Amino acid sequence: MEAKKTPLYDEHVKLGGKVVDYAGWYLPIQYEGLVPEHEAVRNKVGLFDVSHMGEITIKGKDALAFVDYLMTNDISKVVDNQIVYTFMCAPDGGVVDDLLVYRLAHDDFYLVVNASNTDKDYKWITEQKGNFDVEIVNISDTVGEVAIQGPLAQKVLQKLTNTDLNTITFFTLNRKVDINGVECMVSRTGYTGEDGFEVYTTNEGVVKVWNDILEAGKEEGIKPCGLGCRDTLRFEASLPLYGHEMSDVISPLEGGFKYFVKLDKASDFIGKEALNKQWTEGLKRKLAGFEMIGRGIPREGYEIQKDGKVIGHVTTGYMSPTLKKNIGNALIATEYTELGTEVDIMIRNKPVKAKIISKKFLSK
Amino acid sequence: MKVQKGLHYTNDHEWVKLEGDVAVIGVADYAQHQLGDIVYVELPEIDDEIEKEEAFSAVESVKAAADIYMPVSGKVVAINEELIDDPALLNADPYENWMIKVEMTNKAELDELMTSEEYEKFLAEEE
Repeated sequence: MEAKKTPLYDEHVKLGGKVVDYAGWYLPIQYEGLVPEHEAVRNKVGLFDVSHMGEITIKGKDALAFVDYLMTNDISKVVDNQIVYTFMCAPDGGVVDDLLVYRLAHDDFYLVVNASNTDKDYKWITEQKGNFDVEIVNISDTVGEVAIQGPLAQKVLQKLTNTDLNTITFFTLNRKVDINGVECMVSRTGYTGEDGFEVYTTNEGVVKVWNDILEAGKEEGIKPCGLGCRDTLRFEASLPLYGHEMSDVISPLEGGFKYFVKLDKASDFIGKEALNKQWTEGLKRKLAGFEMIGRGIPREGYEIQKDGKVIGHVTTGYMSPTLKKNIGNALIATEYTELGTEVDIMIRNKPVKAKIISKKFLSK
Repeated sequence: MKVQKGLHYTNDHEWVKLEGDVAVIGVADYAQHQLGDIVYVELPEIDDEIEKEEAFSAVESVKAAADIYMPVSGKVVAINEELIDDPALLNADPYENWMIKVEMTNKAELDELMTSEEYEKFLAEEE
């Protein structure tokens, strides 16, 4: 299938972006370079095209009860204009997707899902509908989205709107923010570990918003940022990526994300029984952070051994641009996850020493 | 892309310069450009004997790792240790900053490589 173009495709080409096919979308892996873009977000401000993300709306009388039944987090505690990060699990406790749930009203929810999972999620959600009185619509093709991220994100975005951005606190949203003449939904969310906003609008509107933000941020040294640094930034900030730190075969508990799995919430939810059992019986494997002692960069999929025995694999690994260290996440047998444990990362079939450290690589 | 005259090139974008009986080996400008900012270089040991087309090195950017293959067979007689401390040298000047020197076991293998003119044509077709 031919990859799709986001409404910002022409802008990426104009800016010299190195465009690749990612999850069925033509998106820039980088413009100037991964490291300068990564540093712009950590120290100043960067702008991402995230129009590939999926958006699914769930509306109707039973919307709250239905979303709460689908999700591992406690949706009943969420108030209007608040957002939660959550997993949507299958009955076996495997993850269908990880997503953000925006509560617009008790009967109006807006789900932001992974691009590569959008069609699967829509089908899954529709199949669970049963007797719930809800209307489920996949509006992904009508939504353009950018993420402005970094310590100077608010300063730049504020130049383009009369809405006081201080009123949009962490993980809350405002549905109607005028960004230099374009009506947008703005939330204080992101995938970088920095302050910032995600801005949702129409496919037509997003081109103007993109260009206006880049223009407004010139003084602050804003850079357009590609998928390359999106991954290094989220990794350093311990934010999981579907298919890596959790997936249909890696449960959110194994990933270490129990905080987002409310096993004791009032209502039943899909996967509760399996996850409860997994938790009660104890996890056989867990996600841990590690740092290389020997020379080498750990990469996704590399085998991990202890005394010649395979104990797991690397889920994500990098030379961290911020920390200048070779670090990674490892999904390994629980008995080896204690901090300080030495393990071997198999780099090109050779064991290279590493030690288990906290997954919170960036402790600010 | 810069192509240095007088060198021999492979399809995988390695270069070879003959200095007497010794082949000096590195990566071409195209390869460093494709990789982006290089942050790690792994080199073989001195005296390693490596066959043509076997990987002798791994060069990594933040994003990805790439194997670098022997353009000719031979025994490693020198490695450029500066690259280990400062991998970005390969971005700065991939022709000045060689990777290894080998004593060739079969000089005829050089004839199987491209001249700089042939490599330029090859690059034009790759684009």
